[in-house]
Amino acid sequence: MLGKLRRLNQDASKIALEESERLPSEERRRFLRSGLFTAGGAMVGGALAGIAPKALASTQYPPEIPPWTRSLGPGVVTDPYGVPSPFEKDVIRRNVPWLTADKVSSISFTPLQHLKGIITPNGLFFERHHAGRPEIDPQQHRLMIHGLVDRPIILSMEDLQRFPSVSQINFIECPANGGMEWRGAQLNSLQFLHGMVSCAEWTGVRLSTLLQEVGIKPEGKWLLAEGADGAAMTRSIPLEKALDDVIVAYAQNGEALRREQGYPIRLVVPGWEGNTHVKWLRRLEVGDKPWMQREETSKYTDLMPDGTAHGFTWVMEAKSVITSPCPEMPLTNKGVCQIEGLAWSGRGKVKAVDVSVDGGQNWQQAQLREPVMSKSLTRFSLEWKWDGNPALLQSRVIDETGYVQPTLAQLKQARGTNSIYHKNAIQTWKVNGDGSVVNVQLS
Amino acid sequence: MFSFHKKPRLLASACCGVILASMPILGAAEPAGHYGYGEPATDEQIAAWDIDVRPDGKGLPDGSGTVDEGMAVYETHCSSCHGAFGEGMGRYPKLAGGEGSLTEDRPEKTVGSYWPYASTLWDYIHRAMPFFAPQSLTDDQVYALTAYVLNLNYIVEADFVANKETLPQVEMPNHDGFTWEDPRPVVNNERCMENCKEEVTVSDSAAGKNLTPSTTGPLDEGITE
Repeated sequence: MLGKLRRLNQDASKIALEESERLPSEERRRFLRSGLFTAGGAMVGGALAGIAPKALASTQYPPEIPPWTRSLGPGVVTDPYGVPSPFEKDVIRRNVPWLTADKVSSISFTPLQHLKGIITPNGLFFERHHAGRPEIDPQQHRLMIHGLVDRPIILSMEDLQRFPSVSQINFIECPANGGMEWRGAQLNSLQFLHGMVSCAEWTGVRLSTLLQEVGIKPEGKWLLAEGADGAAMTRSIPLEKALDDVIVAYAQNGEALRREQGYPIRLVVPGWEGNTHVKWLRRLEVGDKPWMQREETSKYTDLMPDGTAHGFTWVMEAKSVITSPCPEMPLTNKGVCQIEGLAWSGRGKVKAVDVSVDGGQNWQQAQLREPVMSKSLTRFSLEWKWDGNPALLQSRVIDETGYVQPTLAQLKQARGTNSIYHKNAIQTWKVNGDGSVVNVQLS
Repeated sequence: MFSFHKKPRLLASACCGVILASMPILGAAEPAGHYGYGEPATDEQIAAWDIDVRPDGKGLPDGSGTVDEGMAVYETHCSSCHGAFGEGMGRYPKLAGGEGSLTEDRPEKTVGSYWPYASTLWDYIHRAMPFFAPQSLTDDQVYALTAYVLNLNYIVEADFVANKETLPQVEMPNHDGFTWEDPRPVVNNERCMENCKEEVTVSDSAAGKNLTPSTTGPLDEGITE
């Protein structure tokens, strides 16, 4: 009996291959040519994984009954921790090898072209490390809170989880997102152009709760947050923000933080540049002045054409991007399609998103898809009838402060091309007659 | 959700009838907070972890280092990435040079041309360098390296001795090159809906530039400039 079950419990691809053995030879050739199987029988990416549908062979189902309908699949806890379908193996974080000196102090990009909601799955949340990803035993990890406080304390992770907890859905965006494009269009990919942004539900303790617990002395005006990684990453944060909506998070989308997101704890500083959301958090110090750390002087300051630089430019201004179509997701058919994308603002809620199909001459208001939350990714969509002619697609967000997303030409006019960070310009996708989509810039 | 078992130490102390560590220790000046979780941080614990240094020198420890001492440490621990004279290797950062380049087409941001505070140099070397062995240097070695890198940038003389008195006195060349208030939003657009521009001109396209790593299949290790 068990042997019979085991026999039945072969994975679908093997069964499908065996099934193909029984096909007439011409059909078998067509089946193997269909691109679903490599020579070794391994599955390759499927319809959802960014392969244009026209590249997929047509299927004999129906009328044929597929093998997975006539067999048993693997049982429960085959994967005690579930993993994506092998057909989704192209949906991964990727990096740009020429961008950094090594992978230890580098960044990876979220595959936005494959994501359908506002929540970034934990395994696809973009990564930024300055000294690699530390492996921290939570039993050994401590959070020290000290400085201009009445009662400096050391908390274990167990202690931290005894405090009242809150959950909030917030995006985190690296201010260098899109920074490779100040001088021209370089990368032909949504993932590499805009993939330094992700969004999750964060659960943890309000920083205000912890600071009230230790008691802030009247002269305390600033907070230093420090990580336990090999870079001991630090940022100065004004107390006003710290007491507003910042949390010390231990959970991400309902489970413990991933190691690359700061396990066991990180700071979440809603709407502010990713670098302030210190990971592997080990220390919070209250002081009366900012510390002028390397990450807020040498880095994360915006150089202007006159040679001066702006520091403490924390907020991520409103931005939007069309995620479908995009270079990785070309248009496959003329006719009605849905232009979809994401919008967000570090200053609050998205109020509206407009879409243009003529390079910004005329705009139509898109529909926002619920939920619309402050400092969170928000989905938008607009129905469009593509006639097969070339088009220039753009999206433009307006946030609740009335701020309207600028063009790249406007940002360059205001800040030159050497500020690296905070490029929240309107993205232009050129749709060609064959449906392919290219990253272009307008003068 | 993960959870943590009681620390064996706590269990042991509970078994022995010792006062739980989460209660305020005898003689603590302040009563515990509302929740009373955790343990009071002792001066010794704070001193060991409190490594940050501010521009006014707050946080700088005792000790000192000279430019010559720094050269020896630098050649051993730093030059393989940052170059013998701080010129940088590959994509690892330049530490020196770039004077007057901030308004040029390709600015070079170095300690000398860009960094506003000398304290940041001590702080960063101490917390994060050498890259492969962070927090392995002595305070004296960090002082020496700080002196050496400042001298590489012609900010201090060859006889400079870095310590907690001299370092806050060092005025960096680009000290006044920063504003610490966010001027944004700098672009204030009306939400135009129709006939918003005269013409639309594509000025650049990513097509055919071959800079984009693969977005399907295995990770692309290929393109390295």
